[in-house]
Amino acid sequence: MPDYVATAPARPGRFRRFFSGIRLPLNDPFAIAGLIIYAVFLLTAIFAYQIAPYDPTEILYSESYDLAADLRPGEEGHILGTTSLGRDIFSQIIYGTRSALLVGSTAAVMVALIGTVVGVTAGYFGGWVETVLMRLADIAFGIPFLPFVIVLAAFLEPSIWNVVIAMALVLWRDTARVIRSQVLTLRNRGYVEAARISGSSDFRIILRHVAPNVLPMSFLYGSIAIGWAILTEASISFLGFGDPQSISWGYMLQDAFASQALSRQAYYWFVPPGVAIILVVSAGFFISRGYENILFPKLNR
Amino acid sequence: MSTQDTLLSVTDLQVDYQVGASTVRAVDRATFDVPRGAIVGLVGESGCGKTTMASAITRIISDNATISGGQMVFDGTDLVSLSERQMNRLRWRDIAFIPQSAMNSLDPVYTVEYQLNEVLRGRGGLSRRAARVRSEELFEMVGIEPGRLKDFPHQFSGGMRQRVAIALALALDPKLIIADEPVTALDVIVQRQILDQLRSLQQMLGISVVMVTHDISVVAYTCDHTVVMYAGKVVESGRTADLLRTPVHPYTMGLKNAFPDLKGAEQGLLTPIEGAPPSLMNPPDGCRFASRCPFALEMCRSVDPALMAGQDGHAVACHRAAEAPALRAEAVKYETWQEDA
Amino acid sequence: MMYDDTRKTDVETLITVRDARLHYRVGGALSAMVGGGGTVKAVDGVSFTLKRGESVGLLGESGCGKTSMGRLLVKLEEATAGELLFDGADIGALEGDDLRKFRTRAQLIFQNPFDSFNPRYTIRQSMVEPLTNARIAREEWEDRIIAALELVRLPEPQQYLDRYPHQLSGGQLQRVVMARALILQPDFVVADEPVSMLDVSVRAGVLNVFRDVRDRLGLTAIYISHDLALVRYVCERTIVMYLGRIMEDGPTEAIVRDPLHPYTQALVAAVPVPDPGQSHEPLPIGRGAPDPRNPPSGCVFRDRCPKAFDRCASEVPQVQQVDDRRLACHLFDPT
Repeated sequence: MPDYVATAPARPGRFRRFFSGIRLPLNDPFAIAGLIIYAVFLLTAIFAYQIAPYDPTEILYSESYDLAADLRPGEEGHILGTTSLGRDIFSQIIYGTRSALLVGSTAAVMVALIGTVVGVTAGYFGGWVETVLMRLADIAFGIPFLPFVIVLAAFLEPSIWNVVIAMALVLWRDTARVIRSQVLTLRNRGYVEAARISGSSDFRIILRHVAPNVLPMSFLYGSIAIGWAILTEASISFLGFGDPQSISWGYMLQDAFASQALSRQAYYWFVPPGVAIILVVSAGFFISRGYENILFPKLNR
Repeated sequence: MSTQDTLLSVTDLQVDYQVGASTVRAVDRATFDVPRGAIVGLVGESGCGKTTMASAITRIISDNATISGGQMVFDGTDLVSLSERQMNRLRWRDIAFIPQSAMNSLDPVYTVEYQLNEVLRGRGGLSRRAARVRSEELFEMVGIEPGRLKDFPHQFSGGMRQRVAIALALALDPKLIIADEPVTALDVIVQRQILDQLRSLQQMLGISVVMVTHDISVVAYTCDHTVVMYAGKVVESGRTADLLRTPVHPYTMGLKNAFPDLKGAEQGLLTPIEGAPPSLMNPPDGCRFASRCPFALEMCRSVDPALMAGQDGHAVACHRAAEAPALRAEAVKYETWQEDA
Repeated sequence: MMYDDTRKTDVETLITVRDARLHYRVGGALSAMVGGGGTVKAVDGVSFTLKRGESVGLLGESGCGKTSMGRLLVKLEEATAGELLFDGADIGALEGDDLRKFRTRAQLIFQNPFDSFNPRYTIRQSMVEPLTNARIAREEWEDRIIAALELVRLPEPQQYLDRYPHQLSGGQLQRVVMARALILQPDFVVADEPVSMLDVSVRAGVLNVFRDVRDRLGLTAIYISHDLALVRYVCERTIVMYLGRIMEDGPTEAIVRDPLHPYTQALVAAVPVPDPGQSHEPLPIGRGAPDPRNPPSGCVFRDRCPKAFDRCASEVPQVQQVDDRRLACHLFDPT
């Protein structure tokens, strides 16, 4: 029996080849640190119920039936203290990872997905398709992001998904542009023309030759988008346009601000969410730098 | 073997490259002469060391390369022994270099005049007026209207840019020009015109030219002398006419077979030389061509033949040099070159 | 490999080209205003026919349109005007299933073997692509691939299947390019300067394979090159192009021995040979480079032609039969 095991493109084979361009950026110590941080936050988000001692929105009472408000860290078993409303800060941080990661990853996926599809379509097909899509990208470039999100929040009900929608509508533009120019160079490569001559349809050419080469780029921009999304969500919530039902880090900061944390010297109200945001955004940045090193190794020297 | 007629005498030159942990000897004991006022062709396939050899003469070689042995006596001075500063004084003034695809090495953001001035005034110390006069003179020499001095490189065609590169090389009246594949990227008509220009310039100014190329036909057309390189070694050298009419080294014989001849009788079967040159990381003990040579003997595989000079400066590195006429008769047959068991 | 001739029709002519034109717009409205931009007339009124089994060289220097013409014939470009017929069918109108079938019958061999393969895929994976497109059954793949590699004289072809393109030499890779082009036994092949990127000692081998394969499969072939010596080695007929038009079209040997068109005469004189005693006479051609954006009026060659006269500037010479060849030159036009 002829040995063509390698030829048989069973589903896994095709899958593997498609995604062959994507690797975890394990080369860079910073990137590894970033991945570890992400992993920690991810686990925290998944096991939030198990880890958090209290429900984050629950208003707590002390043993003496007083409002357990303004407790400093360590008092009465609250690791990070409580808010002025009597909510446990530690639990809030824990649960905050959920909305952060949810917003971050969804936004990242949307940005990467829309940007890649638009970029590939525009770059590969050219002509009026390219013109129309790139004009749309130009419009998206013109829109200032934060005000747009705010306006959107005004029209839709305040929810963390506003940020995701806004990002999906606007932030794909960077990805699209970059991917389009990559596709433009790829389109003229000999093997793409060879594929066309062999009778491959456009779809097959894109799947087989174009996509595997641009996917690393999509991932790069996706990972950048995660940090942006979290930051933006925090900003929106901080400004008070966020979803009051879900406890996000931004909301915590808003709460802290509204309760005059600074003048009260209640650092434990804003430091934990601030640190959490910094950690996650930096981790995202380092991971994206790791990808950059994979994609453009010569930039180092 | 240096006489008054010899401008450059290369003896046992060695150039090593540092590749990771290992050393590759790209040029291994190369020996040849460049007579005054002659065009010498340096011929071989890619990887044979000809480009390294050519760059070594100007001592512009990459960071990981070193000249590890030998001499290059240029007009009485050994170039290998010179300091970088001393060597720098020779560059452009005595020895000029036209790099491969020189037409792409012109800076696109400066006019051609500006780039000529860089050499004429920056290096040559000419006054502005003198530089202008010389620039126009150079353009006339290479066949470009002097009015085009103000143009940018992209406004010239490929052939014209090559002429500009030649003008740059001639700027300070050097004695020797090294041209690395000067006509490879050009169309055949332009190629011929450039070669004609080079020949007439060379005759008019009495300069010597070392022309690196892979094309034996170009060498036959242009060069008085030829040096054939293979796997880092010089395998044959001498007058072009001698080499092509009566080649002694089997590689030269094989090269001739590989080129279709337009003017000759209708083409018989082209004879490829099967196989590939040996890796220079681990060169074989004996003759480097032995694995592809149809005439190789046991001795050839174990003993590396030395370059021996014969009559009229025709030097060969081959154990069977004495049997050349008989081997030549065999070499023209297609079957000789087919790989046997 | 058995040649399947059930797809041939009876007619002797395989390809007909009538007044084909390929014009590009270069630069936008703005650059046109400042003197840049314009229309590049890559192919400007070319007509010829190819009989089955013919090997024709398309000869010319850069900018003459030979590569564009080759690409038009395999539908990698769409003609701006004119008619291109393959086995009676209009190439321009092909789509869907007909286009798919056309692609199995007309193939192109690219110039740069190193760029012709996706570096991520093994040789086997690259060779499978035309087979999947033609809906060949999976069981046949291995045999067909091996047969194609044997056709191009790659010894022990199994060893190449799992290798990556960068592991092969230029000569080996170019043979694999040919094997991929021939795996579906096309009728017609365009070879675009297939050896120009290869080392000189390797070219002979690849050229020999090309000739051998062409004879064995009875291919109709167009061989694009700027090197007359190579064209002579491969093609019995040569079409000389200049600035998008045909200058001369006839038997290769005749053209080499006795070129009639002034441009062909210059081309033939310009080719260097491995003979140190060759002539160094100046070429019978003016200097200057052809600019496809601004071709001269009338005969496009007239500004460099040593024999041009007043009619050449005002009237475009038509291609006419003169003895054993076709010529576009007023010198040979009796009217």
